[in-house]
Order: sequence, then structure tokens, then C-alpha cells
Amino acid sequence: MTILAQAANASPSMDSFASVDALVEGLGGVGYIASRRIATALYMSVHLQKPILVEGVAGVGKTELALSTAALLDLPLIRMQCYEGLDESKALYEWKYGKQLLYTQILKDRMGAELADAAGMDEAMERLHGMGDMFFSEPFLEPRPLMKALREDAGCVLLIDEIDKSDEAFEAFLLEVLSAYQASVPELGVIKAKTPPIVFLTSNNVRDLGDALKRRCLHLHIPLPEASLERRIVASRVPNIEERLTHQLVGFVHALREMDLRKSPSISETVDWARALILMHADSLDAAMVRDTLNVILKYEQDIQMVEPQVSELLRTALTTP
Amino acid sequence: MQHQMEDFIRALRAADVKVSPAESIDAHEAVARIGYADRELLKDALCATLAKSEDEVRRFDRAFDNFFARDPFDFAQPPPPEGGGSPPPEARLEDVSEEAASSELAQIILAGDSTALSQAMERAAQAAQVSEIRLSTQKSRLTRRLLDEMGVAEIEKIISQARRLEGEGGNALADRLEAGRRIVAAEAQRYMQRQHDLYAAESGRQLREELLARKALNAEGGIDPVDLQVMQALVRKMAKRLADRYSRRRNRARRGHLDVRRTLRQSMAYGGVPFNVVWKTERVDKPKIIAICDVSKSVAAAAQFLLTFLYSLNEVVDRMDAYAFSGRMIPVNQILDEHGVDKAILEVLKLIGFQQTDYGKALQDFAENHLDRLDRHTTVIILGDARSNYADPRLDIMRTIHERSRSVIWLNPEPESYWNQGDSVMNRYLPFCHLAKTCNTLDQLERIIEDVLRQYVPH
Repeated sequence: MTILAQAANASPSMDSFASVDALVEGLGGVGYIASRRIATALYMSVHLQKPILVEGVAGVGKTELALSTAALLDLPLIRMQCYEGLDESKALYEWKYGKQLLYTQILKDRMGAELADAAGMDEAMERLHGMGDMFFSEPFLEPRPLMKALREDAGCVLLIDEIDKSDEAFEAFLLEVLSAYQASVPELGVIKAKTPPIVFLTSNNVRDLGDALKRRCLHLHIPLPEASLERRIVASRVPNIEERLTHQLVGFVHALREMDLRKSPSISETVDWARALILMHADSLDAAMVRDTLNVILKYEQDIQMVEPQVSELLRTALTTP
Repeated sequence: MQHQMEDFIRALRAADVKVSPAESIDAHEAVARIGYADRELLKDALCATLAKSEDEVRRFDRAFDNFFARDPFDFAQPPPPEGGGSPPPEARLEDVSEEAASSELAQIILAGDSTALSQAMERAAQAAQVSEIRLSTQKSRLTRRLLDEMGVAEIEKIISQARRLEGEGGNALADRLEAGRRIVAAEAQRYMQRQHDLYAAESGRQLREELLARKALNAEGGIDPVDLQVMQALVRKMAKRLADRYSRRRNRARRGHLDVRRTLRQSMAYGGVPFNVVWKTERVDKPKIIAICDVSKSVAAAAQFLLTFLYSLNEVVDRMDAYAFSGRMIPVNQILDEHGVDKAILEVLKLIGFQQTDYGKALQDFAENHLDRLDRHTTVIILGDARSNYADPRLDIMRTIHERSRSVIWLNPEPESYWNQGDSVMNRYLPFCHLAKTCNTLDQLERIIEDVLRQYVPH
């Protein structure tokens, strides 16, 4: 069964996936203003049942896309943050060693009694084998994000965040999960998803991903948005902002992006800045205000030092451009 | 459309977008779902399935626009007759000959039907296999073949027949056909140009890069300034690739190896019951590299190339110390960090380049000021020709470096047969190198550095 069929029974939100335009609208409904390219990629990913690899600079809305999709489909979101040294036991499953040990300790006497009347060593071993299986069963299994996602019967959105931070070995391990939506646990057998989850992988391009992984995924690169799109994003994220202020601050941020900075402000910075300005009861930008709040959009001391003397000039261009 | 898709995928591959068979199946499935009606939708959907990195997206967009570009043909209408009088009745094709009446192209031209002409050209292009184009020199020959397939020869025959017809009408018809023929020919040329851009332009660039990678970099006259940029891009790509693979420190868990000491220690808190089981891990170190680059007169031709490499390596390897020397040695990390590649190379050369070489002095400078940078994790890479102007090569310092570092690698731009000839002391340094190799092309450089990183740098 697919996510679509599942969700169609459950909620009317499925109409969102009828066409790309409907999807743009649907995402807009949950607060994510998507470009056509983003919506098309998501649409294809759901219909072709393929994971989607989202790339783009930090703060451009990669993770947010997964969150919004989960909200739109009303499915649980399972998130797995990748890091150096992440391995199977943290991503897929682990045996609860502590619990196993505790149980054997508590049951020691009981087990001794069970074994006491065994006729010989062979029979005792035989019984012990039976108990062994008890300790490697579901109650002692600690499911990690991937396993949880596979066992969500109604489907879910699985977000594998910053896959580029993980090791190559882990990437190879993911291939089975991503192409067949199944995983093997030696003691229990193959666990297969009843409803394949919608999988998002995000990457900041810390390293190049393997071709094998890329081939199994659809690819979406989210660029920094055009001014009009960004204005709509700000308006949707910061509801009570005045249009004039939105116009000015987006213009200013776009002027900043033209400069050679260590870290250009991305969408999340724009939104944070808008929120900060609202808190300060600003209804339009002026040089002093910008200087005071520059640390919201620029994250490096050098960048701030470089921009500060040019604030008035940047502001003038930002205010005059339509 | 099946054929169109295959051609498009071929064009993508020519544009250096890697498309595997599995991805092309995805693309077909995507198209089956969304259809061809909406151009933007088609583009986005294909982009999601075929282009797999930011660069590829850019190349995909260009290839798509190029491939599916179809400018409408512009047929000139016959000029309005002068003086207001009604134009002489034009002869009809049937009047010329039976053959003429059945010529498809002639009918299209007379009807001014640009859509039909586009289709005719596509069909002819398939028959003439113009998408097989590889070299720009094939353009004119393939254009001719394309025109032949479209039946231009027939048109020419009809024109000459029409001219011989009695009365005004024949000439009028011939004129219009003539004008139409010219438009078709011009269009065919444009079409070929586009095909060339799609399928062949990239392969020309690749050819140039391949040649450049094999070109000896210390050749007379150094590197062509035109090639220099391509080369710098190549070197940068190479350095990034190497760094991707080797610069990350990894904590690899060795599964199944119990760390007994730490497990026991942790179990103290639980009265000796080992609740937390600790497994052994291996820590993998980032490589630490010290690169020493000769920029003296004797390696003048190769110096720029060596510095480019040094620059790129400095960009991508976190822990690297770079030094340059002719007579004296200076650290150049700061210069490399602060400037762009061209400026940095100039700065270094201005500061210390093209002087008399003295390996002994340079090594002495290193020993006095920077020896503490060496430890047993460090790989030392020396780029230079070991031509020391008969000065003392200071083998003792070289021995210290050899003993203190993890490995010493010497890359010499001269071929091995030149070593130890004239003032070269390469063979005397050899015992203190773990590896000494000739390296004077990009290809060699990449292979050696790859070997070096694999064997001599912990990973």
C-alpha cells in the first residue's frame, strides 16, 4: 500500500498531491512557500516512491520542507540527525543490553531451578537455547529511527538530516533501506515496511555523496529565493509584519548576498531578522536599526565589520530598487 | 517521443551530466506520469530525476533549453506588387511537372507552414543521424546531408524547371521557392550548430582537458596563459577530490571487540554488573601535511604549477603548513590564505621566487624555525628538482626530518635520468625519502598524491 492510498482514506489532504499546483497550494497552507521546482520534486518523489535528496546552503529550508510535508499529510515525522561515527546500532536498532542483563540477574534462580532437573548436560543446553531466544526478541529490541520508520504501519515522513556528515560506510548501509524499504536484523529476519515512508535526505555538501546513493534518490537543489518569493515567505512566517518593512528588509538582504561574505544570510536569517525587527517595534528600516541588529543576519565578526561602514549605502540601494 | 528522450539523455551525457540507465528509467516513469504538455513541469520533473548536484542542475538547465528550443521559422511573404496592379498569377506546382506536384518540401514552402517544416527537419535529422556529430569539422558535411534528406535537391530542380515555363507565373513561383530554399538552408545551419553545441561542444573541452593533464608542465615556455585557467580549475577539482577522501577524521567502531577495561570501569557504578558495554573504537587521524615548494630559477617553468597545487591543497586540507624557498625558506600559509590564487602565486614569487637555489640554506632555515612542526603524524612533501648550485646539501638536516616525520615524499619535476646530473643532488637525498617520484604532468601528480595519501597518511 502506498502513502497516498493510506492517506486518501484518512484525510482530505490527499488532494494536495493530485497535481503540482495543488501541492504548491497545500504546502502554502501549512506555511511553506514552495517554488514550482520544489513542489515538482516532492510530487515526483511521492508518486515514484523514491527518496528525495535535498541540497542547498544552510538555512534555506531543507529540513523545513520535510516538516511541512509531514504536517500536510498529517503523518508522524521521524528524524535522524547524522554525525561522524553514526552506525547501525544508533540508526537501526540495538539490543537493550542493560535490560537483558537485569532480567538474567533477576531470573537467575528461576533459571537454575528450570535447569536443575535436566537429565544431563545436553538437555540443559537444549533448554538454555530456548531461553536464549527469549532474550533476543521484540521486548528487548530498542528500535532506532530507521526501524521506527519502517514499522510505522500508516506510513511516516523520515528525515535523514545532514547525511553528508555521516561516514561512507553508513551511506552504503542506507542503500538497502532506501531502495527496498527494508532492513535485516540477524536475530529476527528481514523487517519490511508495510507502507514505505516518504524519505528526505538533506545535505550541506560537506563532502560529495556516493553515486550509488545519489542514483537511488531524486535530487532537489534549493537555491536562495528570488525577492518576490522571499517576501511571500517572510509574510507567511511572520504574519503581522507590514508590507513596507518586508519589502525593505528583503531588499537589504538581497543586497548583502551580492557581497563577498563568509556566510551569506539565507532564508532563516531573513525570517529571524524580521521577527527581531517586529520585537523592536520597527515599522521601517533605518541605518541605526540595521546596525543594531546586524548580528542577527551575519554570523561572522569579519562580515559584520565589512558590512557596517556600508550600511547606509546598502540601505539606499535596497530602498530604491523595486 | 521515446526517441526524443533517448537523444536528450545522450545530450545530457555529452554535457557531463552523468545519467545511469536506472535514472533514465526514472525519467521515463516521471514523464509517463506528468506528460509533455507543460514544458516547465517537464523540465522540473526531469531535473529532479536526472541532475544530481548543483553543478549538474546548472548544466541540465542549459542542455534542456538548448535541446527543446524550437524557434518558429519565418517565411517571407511575397512582396506586395508595386503600383497597385494585381500580381501576375503564379504558376502552380502541377504546371511544372508531376514530380514537382508531389514534392513535400515545395508544398511546405509554398504554404509557409513552419510547423510542418520543423517536423520535416526533425525527420530528416533522424535519417541523416546528425546527432552523431562529434567534431566541429563535421558540421558542413552533416548540414549538406540534412538538406539532401529534406529534398532540397528536388527543389532546385523544380526552380530551374519553373524558370523555363512560359509567362510571368513561372518566375514568380521560382522566386518564392528560391527564397524558401534559402530560409531552409539557413535554418538547417542553425539546427546543426545547436546539435553541435548539444552533443559535441563538451567533448571538445574534455579533449583539451585530457591533453592538458598529460602535458609536461616544465616544458619550455611554461604553460599557455589560456590553458592556465583550465589547469587551475583542474588542479582545484583534484585537490578537492583528494581532500574529500582523506581529510576527515573518523572514529571507526570495531564491532565485536569489547573494551574490557572501560566496561569494567563503567560497571563500578552498578555494583559490578556491566550495564554499559563499551566497544573498542579506532580513532582515525586527519592527515597533517608539511609541503615545501622550490620556486627558484631552475624550476621556474614548473613553479607556477607547483604553487597552484600548493594553493589548492591549502584550501582543502585543514592541517597543512606550506613553505616556499629559493635561497631562504619562508612560511607562505598566510599569503595563500589571504589572497586569491593568481595574486597569491604572484606574491610568493615576488617575495622569494627565481633566486639562486640553495637547498642547504633552505633546510637550515626550516630546521631552525619550524622543526617543532614535525611529529610522527606528519607527512612531508617536497616539491623541487634538488639542484643546489654545488652548495652543501645539509644531508644531516634531511636525516633529522626523515627520522622525525611519518614519511618524506619528494616530487621532482625532472625525469629520473636527469637526477644526479650536473648540480643535482637528488640521489644523495634519496636515502632519506620514503618515496621519490618524477612528477611533471597533472596526471602524474594526481596519481602520486593519491598513492601518497593512501599509503603514507593515516586514514
